[in-house]
Amino acid sequence: MPRIGVFVCWCGSNIAGTVDIARVVEAAKDMPHVVYVEDNKYTCSEPGQASLRASVEEHELDRVVVAACSPRMHEPTFRKTLETAGLNNYLLEVANLREHCSWVHSDKDDGTEKAIDLVRMAVAKVAYHEPLYSLSFPVTKRAVVIGGGIAGIQAALDIADSGHEVVLVEKTPTLGGRMAQLDKTFPTMDCSACILTPKMVDAAQHPNITLMAYSEVERLDGYVGNFKVTVRQKARSVDIIKCTGCGICFEKCPSKVPNEFDLGLADRKAIYVPFPQAVPNKATIDREHCLYYTRGRCRVCERVCEAGAIVFDQEDELVEIEAGAVVVATGYEQFDHSVYGEYGYGKIPDVITGLEFERLVNASGPTEGKIKRPSDGKVPETIVFIKCVGSRDESKGVGYCSRTCCMYTAKHALQTREKLPGSRVLVYYMDVRTAGKGYEEFYKRTTEEYGATYVRGRVSRVYQKGDKLVVLGEDTLLARPTIVEADLVVLAMGMAANEGAGDLARLLGISYDQHNFLTEAHPKLRPVETNTAGIFLAGSCQGPKDIPDTVAQASGSAAKVAALLSRESLQTEAQIANVNQELCSGCLWCETTCPYKAISAKTITERVHGKEVTRTVAEVNPSLCHGCGACLPACRDGAMNLLGFTHQQILAEVEAVWR
Amino acid sequence: MKTYSYYPGCSLEGTAREYEISLRAVAPLLGFRLEEMHDWSCCGSTPAHATSHRLAVALAARNLNLAAAHDKGPDGLAVPCAACYSRLKIAVSDLARDAKLRADTEEAMGEAWRGGAVHIMALPEILARDVGPEAIERATVEPLNGIKVANYYGCLLVRPPEMTGFDDPEDPQTLDEIVRATGAEAVDWSHKVDCCGGSLSLSRTSVVSKLVADIIDAAQIAGADCIVTACPMCHANVDTRQPLAAKILGRRLEMPVLYITQLLGLALGVPARQLGFRSHLTPVTSLLRKLQDRTRGRASGEGGS
Amino acid sequence: MKVLDLGSAGDPGFEAQIAKLAHTSPAACYACGKCSAGCPLAYEMDYQPHQVLRLVQLGLKDEALSCSTIWLCASCITCSTRCPREVDIAQVMDTLRAMARTEGVRAALPKVPKFYSSFLGRVQAGGRLHELSMTILYKLRSGDLFSDLDLGIKMVLRGKLKPLPPRIQGRDQVRQIFRRVAEAERREEAAR
Repeated sequence: MPRIGVFVCWCGSNIAGTVDIARVVEAAKDMPHVVYVEDNKYTCSEPGQASLRASVEEHELDRVVVAACSPRMHEPTFRKTLETAGLNNYLLEVANLREHCSWVHSDKDDGTEKAIDLVRMAVAKVAYHEPLYSLSFPVTKRAVVIGGGIAGIQAALDIADSGHEVVLVEKTPTLGGRMAQLDKTFPTMDCSACILTPKMVDAAQHPNITLMAYSEVERLDGYVGNFKVTVRQKARSVDIIKCTGCGICFEKCPSKVPNEFDLGLADRKAIYVPFPQAVPNKATIDREHCLYYTRGRCRVCERVCEAGAIVFDQEDELVEIEAGAVVVATGYEQFDHSVYGEYGYGKIPDVITGLEFERLVNASGPTEGKIKRPSDGKVPETIVFIKCVGSRDESKGVGYCSRTCCMYTAKHALQTREKLPGSRVLVYYMDVRTAGKGYEEFYKRTTEEYGATYVRGRVSRVYQKGDKLVVLGEDTLLARPTIVEADLVVLAMGMAANEGAGDLARLLGISYDQHNFLTEAHPKLRPVETNTAGIFLAGSCQGPKDIPDTVAQASGSAAKVAALLSRESLQTEAQIANVNQELCSGCLWCETTCPYKAISAKTITERVHGKEVTRTVAEVNPSLCHGCGACLPACRDGAMNLLGFTHQQILAEVEAVWR
Repeated sequence: MKTYSYYPGCSLEGTAREYEISLRAVAPLLGFRLEEMHDWSCCGSTPAHATSHRLAVALAARNLNLAAAHDKGPDGLAVPCAACYSRLKIAVSDLARDAKLRADTEEAMGEAWRGGAVHIMALPEILARDVGPEAIERATVEPLNGIKVANYYGCLLVRPPEMTGFDDPEDPQTLDEIVRATGAEAVDWSHKVDCCGGSLSLSRTSVVSKLVADIIDAAQIAGADCIVTACPMCHANVDTRQPLAAKILGRRLEMPVLYITQLLGLALGVPARQLGFRSHLTPVTSLLRKLQDRTRGRASGEGGS
Repeated sequence: MKVLDLGSAGDPGFEAQIAKLAHTSPAACYACGKCSAGCPLAYEMDYQPHQVLRLVQLGLKDEALSCSTIWLCASCITCSTRCPREVDIAQVMDTLRAMARTEGVRAALPKVPKFYSSFLGRVQAGGRLHELSMTILYKLRSGDLFSDLDLGIKMVLRGKLKPLPPRIQGRDQVRQIFRRVAEAERREEAAR
């Protein structure tokens, strides 16, 4: 006979405000198999837990009902408490009197009646609870980091420094990501390449890091501690061991292509290294624009390459990597300004984006760091910066704020005034958001020391008039329309998730939101984890952020990975599906339904009427099963049960409510 | 042959008579017919919606009911006036979403609302989509090559975009497509969809003069020989307020302002005198002369290939 | 300039009323100014369009109904088309104009509503607009007798202004529309 103890929690006034605790306690005393009832102000607190433990021991309880907040809050807490009291931690049932009762009702009588019903259900269920156990499984001590920008690089370095192996997978031919495209970084005005390239080199040379550049993750199988990642190493058509990065091949290559790294402001060749400080500094052939691949001609690179590194028949290679953890650090792209008809649909050459401006001021960029108009190469005198393009715009863009544009526009305004002392710099803004360390001071310098003029108001339209750009704005502070004939207009485009982010998320089995940003497990308290165990997030793939926050998040996810990989083993889920083989007919509908590929066919032998018979039944793999329960309705024989939520337990709850 | 119910609107009988004249002239040449609705009334235009929403919707709804009952125009309701087009489309949309408004409108009209399914088409839409550039090109007998046209859409053909829907609100192309089909060049210019001041022409003339000055200035910067429009209000303002605009710009102005159907008429071989140019306030002689010079040049062998 | 007492100033129901009548959400406006920046008439207005939205948000009904903005507005709808918060500013302007009329607030620019009523008066009479008599009526009402005289003559001579007013068969129905709408509005105004 079970000995059930019921512990009703006040949760301060969260539950007690709408539920009469005393009445619930009284009612619980009469419930079947209940031998002890107690109430506490905060059962989850130290004294509350101590009391629970003591009561279990004193009254020799072998089943516990905690009537409190949602099990998503404190079920793990109370399970641990039971364990310290010497009980199997699955002999617990939580009745949710808060989120399911007191927080959604206002009438105290109704709330109390419902609370009593919920407790009765929990008592009926827990009577049928049996001890459940987890199994241990080993952890592969390797991490895969997807994305070779600053987030991925930092995460890889930190994990590698903690003593674990890392495979760093980067889609483009080189590490560096967006930070490599930047000129200077706010608020220190450090040269971006100068602070980034040492880390890129460290990542390439670290004994624990294997760099796979020009590679993409194609498939993910397995589960936390035991992932199998299939990476496609794309064919560069260059043997990277022989290639010295000397550059003769792209010097001689006749085929010109707009350079993505320069956002089309300059060209590269069909065989190319994206930028001079690339890591690895190896050439890659862009087969879509190479004359040999498209028309069977040329092959100049092959002729001039002294190392003989050109391999035209090189093929993609699929590599399988075993890993215990995965970090996703796939970064962002700039919001597309060609949706803005009022700013020219992207067709006016001297209306450029923030990242394009960044390339212009970069000393190793298309204009060697000189601010020049893309249309005629002239030095602009009047430059207008327009903030919040794409951001905070529900009509054509996204509703969110992209966080970085206020600071990077202040930086651009400062750099413009610095490089072109005679220039007139206007910044059209709605707000100036400078929440980081040193940011507000930086903004002050931009206006005070460097003389940029900030105009509060959004710009309605930019159009071409001769070789000038007419900017129609508003100074809302003076309540007057403004008009400026500018030479260059820079649109501070917002940060959007990378185009392929949603596809990658589906491939990995992690959540993403309506903007394709990857979803963290909890927005406040679990920013680097996903809801999929073993997969972590770092950088702007999770949401717009600047470099300091990116690096912090990358190190955070690395810490989580290191903690995971330093464990000798992990525990399986205990509340998993279970097959009653005597009832199972072997139809295997459950196998098709299982989203975790946790069910497979098994052949068993039985003695039936004195004869040995072999037949097929279903079998659940305890390390893969997440206990989602999807297989239960698929089972037409009722052979499938969910431990911790068995048919018997659920029916007991239903009967309890009908009384 | 496509046959449309035809809702001319009040101005096409008065100040926009050239629009009606030229439309009637080109329709048969482009292969469509217009069957005027019997006893249509004023849509209310800006004065109605600026005075009372219910009045505006009811006045429009009466005409939509007439259109629904009119069985002689199976291919849609042709609405050449941009303001009428706007008011009719907005009325359909408002009545679809607001049950109380429907009840009020029915009470005001004294009849049930039946016009929700009327296929309302603006004239540029008919010309560019139903007739099509290829057909226009085929029907062109006097190609307008060498003529530069600034297509002026104004406000109500393209805004609000979710209501009008047949063209882009910032850089529309329907009139440009039609114009190109005649061989003329549709210039890229900055004031395609800028407001002319609309019905403020009498009550706040100074504003209309300034806006018209901006529009003509922009058309001239783009090298246009003429401005083409499909809105009676825009035509009236840009045509009649040029002397005032000239004062603002400090120079003489004589920018011909044509309805799209007048330009088409020239291309389709309709004699200029049958296209209503006489009633324009701003002479179109500079345009006609340019056309003649080219023809003369062609005829005498100059400028040929 | 008076100090704005946000504790007591303003009509608390005004914003909700405008929201309902204009089918939009003035509360969503964050005064970015894009509407005013693109408004072709903003240079002449006493309150910029975004400021009128602010007046609505704060319930400052009298100021909202007596500004010149609502009468200078040409209904070009550029504001609503470009608003990043999808506020239908143009509809708010219509709503304020209608409200100014039903509540008897004197228009800041009287000639504008006089033009509208001259126009509608002719429509009510014959079912269609007669531009010539409308113009004459407007000039008499506004006292602006002599401007555009030469233009008017030219237009008559070129046949643009028809001498005789149209009278459609259904003009009774049109008059009925005017009458019933006015009655319904009177009823609703009395009920408030």
